Amino acid sequence: MNSTGFLYAAYIATWLIHGLYLASIVRRYSRLRQRMKELGKGE
Amino acid sequence: MKRSFPIFAVITAILLAYAFYEAIWVAPMERTMGDVQRIFYYHVPSAWTAFLLFFVNLVASVIYLVRRNPRADAVALVSAEVGVVFCTIVLVTGPIWARPVWGIWWTWDIRLTTTLVLWLIYVSYLVLRRFSDSSQTPKLAAVLAIFGALDVPLVYFSIWFFRTQHPQPVIGGGGSIDQRMLHVLLINWLAFSCLALAICWARYRLELLQREVEEVESLESLRGVPQ
Repeated sequence: MNSTGFLYAAYIATWLIHGLYLASIVRRYSRLRQRMKELGKGE
Repeated sequence: MKRSFPIFAVITAILLAYAFYEAIWVAPMERTMGDVQRIFYYHVPSAWTAFLLFFVNLVASVIYLVRRNPRADAVALVSAEVGVVFCTIVLVTGPIWARPVWGIWWTWDIRLTTTLVLWLIYVSYLVLRRFSDSSQTPKLAAVLAIFGALDVPLVYFSIWFFRTQHPQPVIGGGGSIDQRMLHVLLINWLAFSCLALAICWARYRLELLQREVEEVESLESLRGVPQ
């Protein structure tokens, strides 16, 4: 891999980590809202 | 408050796009390393942001220990979690930069090792928070956070006091930097700090909702209502 390849790899890895973390927040949030609805305490 | 979050998120996205443009197309190319040096515009701001978040974690933990304020405990948890995400980025982008520049992915250098230890301390903190059900957990976690924070100055100043392979700090240290590069670095730091704030904001709301659900569930179970 050349210099530019390593640069792209680092930038892609950064956004992949942020993307996965944000997706986990969205998933947890949806699950909790669903649970609140089940408990009859919608936000 | 609910309206200001989407506005802040849009501003952050624009700032991140602009910072990316500056890092890739505007910053001058470093003579010896070439394009791979541009990893620096993500690596260094991520490290500074992680340090800032661990400092917030320290302050919130001390406030929790003194006042037993549950909101301070929530802030401590959120800042540690987001700090670990940024610290992970530092530990991933560093070796990707090191491979073409040093010829190796990793070395047990003081800066690299203390950063890995810092990451492990805060991962332990999160594991404690996730898997311990004891009412003492927030107190124990706050004490662990204080010990964890002691490693932050060690990471930062390690390259001042020890012989190391890691480059010298570009601000306030032995290193120097082109003014245009410094400008791009600071824009990226601003963008990453805004991103960290936006994520913390969203994660804090999630944490409050989580606690609310737990409270309702425990009330329901006390009443004996089938779930």
